[in-house]
Amino acid sequence: MSGTYNGYITEETIEGADDGPLVGKTVAVKDNISTEGVPTTCGSAMLDDYVPPYDATVVARLKDAGATIPGKTNMDEFGMGTTTETSAFGATENPAAEGHVPGGSSGGSAAVVAAGDADLALGTDTGGSVRCPAAFCGVVGIKPTYGLVSRYGLVAYANSLEQIGPLAPTVEEAAELLEVIAGPDENDATTRDATEQNTDYDFAAAADGDVDGLSIGVPTELVEGADEEVVDTFWDAIDELEAQGATYHEVDLPSVEHAVEAYYVIAMSEASSNLARFDGVRYGTSGGYEGNWNESFAKAREEGFGPEVKRRILLGTYALSAGYQDKYYKKAQDARAWVKQDFDEALDDADVLASPTMPVPPFERGESLDDPLKMYLADANTTPVNLANLPAISVPAGETSDGLPVGLQLVGPAFGEKTIIRAGSALA
Amino acid sequence: MSEPAVDPEEVRHVADLARVDLDDDEVALFSEQFADILAYFDTLDEVPEVEREPELTNVMRPDETRESLSQEEALQNAEETEDGYFKGPRVS
Repeated sequence: MSGTYNGYITEETIEGADDGPLVGKTVAVKDNISTEGVPTTCGSAMLDDYVPPYDATVVARLKDAGATIPGKTNMDEFGMGTTTETSAFGATENPAAEGHVPGGSSGGSAAVVAAGDADLALGTDTGGSVRCPAAFCGVVGIKPTYGLVSRYGLVAYANSLEQIGPLAPTVEEAAELLEVIAGPDENDATTRDATEQNTDYDFAAAADGDVDGLSIGVPTELVEGADEEVVDTFWDAIDELEAQGATYHEVDLPSVEHAVEAYYVIAMSEASSNLARFDGVRYGTSGGYEGNWNESFAKAREEGFGPEVKRRILLGTYALSAGYQDKYYKKAQDARAWVKQDFDEALDDADVLASPTMPVPPFERGESLDDPLKMYLADANTTPVNLANLPAISVPAGETSDGLPVGLQLVGPAFGEKTIIRAGSALA
Repeated sequence: MSEPAVDPEEVRHVADLARVDLDDDEVALFSEQFADILAYFDTLDEVPEVEREPELTNVMRPDETRESLSQEEALQNAEETEDGYFKGPRVS
């Protein structure tokens, strides 16, 4: 079945321990997360025969918890895309919406869960890459607070923004998976212990659907301008939460008007530095060129990287180059601080902030490939959350009249995973 | 494509800095696309200066010998190795 929509890059079973909370469960893993002895390609020709000599921390935790890993899922090359069409291994189709993209970059992970070919999956979210495919495929996805989950063994794209997160059919199952992978790790100095942030790791127990008295802030900037049917579906979901005892009020987040450009400047800048390691000498495809090293590496990289990766490496190099750093990179950091302030203030007066996860229903296949800026702008509602280091969940909110899935995003305060899980579990 | 294209020479220069060869078609395409994308990035000019919280701190640990990959494991993905070392392109 999975062959028909191209959800996996590698189908190879990795067995877990004999007992643990995930015994009997299959958990598919995105192909930018290292699995010892099993290829990890990042969706790139550059790494088509790369086999990691060690497990990512999250993979070690899955195995310890008894999970069976059925394979490595398809993704946009190095996580760079919103459609899972930039993979060197072919595009993934959306099993929940024929003829449409599954979203990205963790499109394979969302697709195998939506199709029922895996019980659960791990994705990674740098600017929406777990939440977008969750929304487009009609499943649940969580982007944890920055520092909740170890990134050790994740092939880096933009370190300051990304987190590994779960995808599942229901909020409770996503929370169970999050419980397994969360927690500090001495191999990732950016992890933090939730118990030192006035909370704990009992995420699954928080999925009790109790939204009585929950205060929801709705940022007008993230609803205005979205597709009409998406907006209607969003408000229906808010009505449903209201009927269960929640209240809502509108909030202003003027900074989010600049979130997408700030996100792309920062992500591309970090990518240009992170992807400098791929020269074909220690790993990756070298092409076998000889002579001047810079020229040999440039040829290997021309062959190994696809167009979207080259575009981002070049734009990131440009944004960091002499004369442009203050204009782009420094201003993007200002915008990031502003977004963070705006969210923190709005969350002083609300338990969660709600918006459509994506301002549009799933694209038709091929629709956005020729226009990168159009693809970037679709990330308007997800990127601010990464800039602010906050947790967010996408839950199915309903469908358009054409039967296309629509996701609702709930954003919580830092280490407020239990709050967004509780709120989300009232819907899915 | 509303913006005037970025100078192709500038695209080639950045590609050179980034060590990525581009063919002529890619240079032409990127010159056009970068104009639109950079015009969009230029709206960051409107962002006010923001007081940033100094929340980043260094996390240090003692520099002690620990278990790590063996030399063999570290080399197993290299296309060419010699005497236990990575082997780069031949310079000649």
